Amino acid sequence: MLKTFPTGGIHPSENKLSAGVPIIDLPLPAQVIIPISQHIGAPATPVVEKGMPVKAGQLIASSKGYVSANIHSSVSGKINKIDQILDSSGYKQTSIVIDVAGDEWIEGVDKSGILKRDITDSGEVIVRKCLGAGIVGLGGATFPTHVKLSLPPGKKCDVLIINGVECEPYLTSDHLLMVEKSDEIMVGISLLMKALGVGMAVIGIESNKPDAINLLTEKSKQYKGISVNPLKVKYPQGGEKQLIKALINREVPSGGLPVDVGTVVHNVGTAFAVYEAVQKNKPLVERIVTITGKSLTKPGNYRVRIGTPVTHLIEAAGGMPDDTGKIVNGGPMMGKALNSPDVPVVKGTSGIIVFPKSESTRPKAGPCIRCSKCISACAMGLEPYLLMVLGEKSMYDKAEKERVTDCMECGSCSYVCPAGRPLLDYIRLGKSRVNKMIRERKAK
Amino acid sequence: MGNNLTVSLSPHDHGSETTRKLMLGVLIALIPAFLVTVWYFGYAAIMVTAIAVLSCVGFEYLMQKYLLKSETRINDLSAVVTGVLLAFCLPVNIPPGLIVIGSLVAIGVGKISFGGIGNNPFNPALVGRVFLFLSFPVQMTSWPVPKGFLTGYLDAVTGPTPLSVLNESYDKVPVTDVMEKIPSHIELLIGNMGGSLGEISALALFIGFIYLLWKKIITWHIPVSIIATILIFTGLLWAINPSNHADPLYHILSGGVMLGAVYMATDYVTSPMSKRGMIIYGLGIGILTVIIRRWAAYPEGVQFAILIMNAVTPLLNMYIKPKRFGEEVKNG
Repeated sequence: MLKTFPTGGIHPSENKLSAGVPIIDLPLPAQVIIPISQHIGAPATPVVEKGMPVKAGQLIASSKGYVSANIHSSVSGKINKIDQILDSSGYKQTSIVIDVAGDEWIEGVDKSGILKRDITDSGEVIVRKCLGAGIVGLGGATFPTHVKLSLPPGKKCDVLIINGVECEPYLTSDHLLMVEKSDEIMVGISLLMKALGVGMAVIGIESNKPDAINLLTEKSKQYKGISVNPLKVKYPQGGEKQLIKALINREVPSGGLPVDVGTVVHNVGTAFAVYEAVQKNKPLVERIVTITGKSLTKPGNYRVRIGTPVTHLIEAAGGMPDDTGKIVNGGPMMGKALNSPDVPVVKGTSGIIVFPKSESTRPKAGPCIRCSKCISACAMGLEPYLLMVLGEKSMYDKAEKERVTDCMECGSCSYVCPAGRPLLDYIRLGKSRVNKMIRERKAK
Repeated sequence: MGNNLTVSLSPHDHGSETTRKLMLGVLIALIPAFLVTVWYFGYAAIMVTAIAVLSCVGFEYLMQKYLLKSETRINDLSAVVTGVLLAFCLPVNIPPGLIVIGSLVAIGVGKISFGGIGNNPFNPALVGRVFLFLSFPVQMTSWPVPKGFLTGYLDAVTGPTPLSVLNESYDKVPVTDVMEKIPSHIELLIGNMGGSLGEISALALFIGFIYLLWKKIITWHIPVSIIATILIFTGLLWAINPSNHADPLYHILSGGVMLGAVYMATDYVTSPMSKRGMIIYGLGIGILTVIIRRWAAYPEGVQFAILIMNAVTPLLNMYIKPKRFGEEVKNG
């Protein structure tokens, strides 16, 4: 019996169209748009001006405060402008636009593919290098990695969990990265272990990726303290709390963090980025992005420079299909629909999905028949039907008592609802209002 | 923006389940029981079912269209399910007029008056059934004896049901003597007994139960909780005094226990939402059924037990919550 998390969960159609397609380098676009806020926390402060020449890997916006991240130029060329530009959030944000010329990198970056296994840096240096290289969580949440590597005083961590689950349908970027860069990921995990001072790391991978499981299991024998644990396929297993429960049977308390149960979770993509930053001196300026969709002629996985417009990526996958109805940044369950295909790929972009018109609209909502399928699906043990009603009727005090803030917005409830009700929309509303209430209470 | 992209919140995918598909699944699960009833009661059973379904769907359509002037929802098939379930708890020789009245009460009072599907506190089919039972006790308690497929509608031979024989004998005649005169366990299992359309064959109903579980239309919690409670409760009584109580298996196989536990008590709208709530609800139905059967004036208690527990459902939903993730902090 493969392990999985016990409460709730669903099995959406996997649609991993690009699973067997090797990663290729996406040709450079003519222009990149680099937003100064691609992470959770304070936006970075631009340190370049219009007209300045830049090289790939050069710092162009520096982190502001502790929870923030550096931003580097992903290309060489000239700063065209610094302006308010629409990004994947749907809002205009300060972004640095660079006209691409050549591909010249800053000095000191090791761009060779030679594996550098020996770890010479101390834990502190590793954390400092992550901060310097602008590493953030690449699973999608984009929380600055250096913060996650610095344990709060009094907290202990005894096991590092590596998230190779990729439970979102369609996405295959982590899968391909594990298959193609297994050694680099292993070194990256060793670096994270050293930084955290833990002796054990467990990689969780769902059983629908047997090639990655076999390869990493084989490689893990050469690295001390790292093991691979195959997991039963179930969404949302990539959720931090679900993954911890599935792998080491610890339950993060409501409102708590993984470190409260002695663990920290990092994504395989982050482990790879940490390897490149620490061993190769390479800042986070590119990432693996899955470009997929049923109507695309060539779904695939690309190594994409940060700031590349989504249109450029869609062109590489065979061009925008005529029946395109929706473009989603991320997975189909938790991703964000884009207002425009001109927005840039950012650090948190794990995939771009192009949906045909026929799959772009929601089913017509009917009355709740109280079938309780949403309760069975909820991985947090909540009652989505009730939280939706409380959100609709603005009963936020009650929603707080019913633990609306535990919701991680995985979308399982809306997915299973036979009446097609927009459960998560109203739960989000309730959650944001309750969070506001809690902030105001704390401020007093 | 100059493009026609849809921008909506996640999730961007939806499962294939719909209300209509779920209702269709319930209807499919009722097919074995329907075939058995046609085998034993003849084409009259088809007539009764057809009249009930047509009246339920017709009343729902007319009320939604002309009374409420709202969207008609007959396509969700819930009125068809109500019609079939109502027919399944009627005697096969019931006059057509009563079926129409029962359907009117089931849909009008039981469902539409509360706001239609999803809002009714009581199982509509049982509301219609109990209304008929209390208003027309003679017609509703003359149970035809199974006479085979060719029996004409309304000219059935009637006789007592096994449960009514037992109910009259408790505390008067030893049950062991009575048992010889009423259908055996095997006959109850296959359906060769007097009773309402849908309740006669426990086996056919059980096959439907397996289908419902397989298709994940219902979970095991409510039916198993009801049946286990009845088994244990009547088992205790029987163990204490076998001459004054029917054996537990006889209780399960006779009357409407299977029909009620699998198809009526599991009605989505009127049963609790959490798994723990479902267990308590089933426990209540089981205990009430046995009390009514054994000590009350009515030989059958499942329908009243379900309706009473329907009334408790909102309370169960309010106080019995699912186990929250991260409620107890455990270190493994």
